[in-house]
Amino acid sequence: MAVALPQEERGAEQGFGADLAVRLKQAAEALVIPLGALLVSGVLFGLFIAALGKSPVELYALMYKGGFGTWFSWQNTLSRAAPLLLTALCVAIPAQLGLVVIGGEGALVLGGLAAAAVALPMQGVAPLVVQIGMAIAAMIVGGLWIGLAGALRHYRGVNETISSLLLAYIAIALFNHIVEGPLRDPASLNKPATAHIGEANMIGALPGMDVHWGLAFGVIACVLLWVLMSRTTFGFAARMTGGNVRAAKLQGLPVGRLILICCAIAGACAGLAGMVEVAAVHGRANGSLIVGYGYAGILIAFLARQNPLAIIPVAILLGGITASGGLIQRRMDLPDATVLVLQGMIFIVILLSETLYGRFKIFQPKDTSS
Amino acid sequence: MNESDIGLWGVPLAILAGAIRVSTPFLFVSLGECLTEKSGRINLGLEGTLVMGAMSGYAISYHTGSPWLGVLFAGVVGSLFGALHGYICKFPKVNDIAVGIALMLFGTGLAFFFGKPYIQPTAPILPAIPLGFWSDSPQVQAALRINALFIIGIAIAAAMWWAFANTRLGLIVRMTGDSADAARAMGYSVDIVRLLATMAGGFLAGIGGSFLSLYYPGSWNEGLSSGQGLMAVALVIFARWNPLYCFLAALLFGGAGALGPALQSVGVTQGYYLFYAAPYVLTLVIMIITTSPKRSLIGAPGELSITK
Repeated sequence: MAVALPQEERGAEQGFGADLAVRLKQAAEALVIPLGALLVSGVLFGLFIAALGKSPVELYALMYKGGFGTWFSWQNTLSRAAPLLLTALCVAIPAQLGLVVIGGEGALVLGGLAAAAVALPMQGVAPLVVQIGMAIAAMIVGGLWIGLAGALRHYRGVNETISSLLLAYIAIALFNHIVEGPLRDPASLNKPATAHIGEANMIGALPGMDVHWGLAFGVIACVLLWVLMSRTTFGFAARMTGGNVRAAKLQGLPVGRLILICCAIAGACAGLAGMVEVAAVHGRANGSLIVGYGYAGILIAFLARQNPLAIIPVAILLGGITASGGLIQRRMDLPDATVLVLQGMIFIVILLSETLYGRFKIFQPKDTSS
Repeated sequence: MNESDIGLWGVPLAILAGAIRVSTPFLFVSLGECLTEKSGRINLGLEGTLVMGAMSGYAISYHTGSPWLGVLFAGVVGSLFGALHGYICKFPKVNDIAVGIALMLFGTGLAFFFGKPYIQPTAPILPAIPLGFWSDSPQVQAALRINALFIIGIAIAAAMWWAFANTRLGLIVRMTGDSADAARAMGYSVDIVRLLATMAGGFLAGIGGSFLSLYYPGSWNEGLSSGQGLMAVALVIFARWNPLYCFLAALLFGGAGALGPALQSVGVTQGYYLFYAAPYVLTLVIMIITTSPKRSLIGAPGELSITK
């Protein structure tokens, strides 16, 4: 657990048995509190729906049906979870260093654009080469974009939360400029877009299902980055910097380099999300990329308490809620923003629940003397 | 007279007109944020408050027929959001920046949720004051059609500047922002001071939002705000937490935002979307120039998490 470093170390001093007990208690705390918060926000949202004269029971039943009820809805959910896994990593990795980066949307949009821009002149080249080229281009552009926010933070002391968000707006303007201008497909009249990257270059579905490979990319990225952050010296250095910058500097840790690398990794993840959306869903870069995956990723990362592994189930849950949005809209005559309201409520309650950590005796190690 | 008579002079004039028109929401949100930050807390959720204010102000104006009632209601809704932020942030271990992001998502979600029925109908909007009556040029007249909220905003900026320096209330807010311990030692409740400052800040941000829907552009839709609430946070840093500078910065941002449309009106269509990014680039450049990793900012409240 990235967030509870001191307790982990304390446990390690007391031998294996005590260590295990402490770890279990911590895991229980990290599981029970977010689940409780989810439950509370679910009840609050139910009250909100009931106050509008609709049935919360019907809403949650539809949400389950639309997100997880059938194999078809599961596939829909998993397809939607794919970009969310990657944009959540864009928040969770800098968070290990104590940075709040919320501009993943910008890296996603530019990553998608870079992927399309690379694929377009490569028509006729072997699809695998094109796909790898698209992924690399998207990751480089995304990495540079968020890396810039990290660099501004380190070298100029510019707050990364605000700068990354401003960069997201700039990225969208840049995206519109290029999609409306140099890369515009003349055939796209109403909705400006780049030309299609070519059916052969699309990344297909995972074997045996209708879910594209982006899901696998996302899950692999989550696992790899979990290993990097919790099982390597690099990750330890990063988390130590997040715990106390001054102590990390005194230890001689290269804080600046850590910030730059972590932000670049984060941006690369979001950029890859853009590539996945272009190469697996839309086939071209257009306004459909700008639908708030970056912002949903912030919520997922906080809900997963910035743990890359925990992002997987949370992203699937959120993917399911989003996937059921259309069904709820049709059946219950609620606006499409219903899902946004639920997401906002969950987010607020989750943040409020942060205050509960360490308050329940049952989760605390018995002897806390060091 | 027509466009060609003033030729390229139309560009600075259009920018000036745009600055006056577009700056009002910046002005209100930044004044609200300035007050909140002076008390030692940062509210990134003002973007959500702004959108919520725009929606609720428009809805009330539509139902009652009185745009001013809409403005007032938008302020009340804004202060409710401020109260929510202020209340949640008083708990230990709760990160005020993250709560702001959550409220931003919640506010926009709620505004889209309730705002759906108000996208089509037209509500009565705020009247303009024609200050350009002395001129024969229609461009000048159009540029100087000013909304009363703009003047009220200037008055509030001046009043806040005076109050921070000269009143007991201003002193309490500043003390809470600079040192919570000092405020506690003087017997003031830090939580209550910050709660009230965040509520007042939300009130102003809500009014800023109502300007968007009730004057310029003057209708409600989901793409109404383009991040004015967030830029206001950067604007306050640029303005060094001084309400009077907030006014000047708001004018500058408004002018930057009007650059694209102004150039387009004289036939420069190349790079329209890039000019659209001008206010964001300006904000970023200003932040890069004015901050430093080595020292804290001059005039920054000591308790503020964003400058530490």
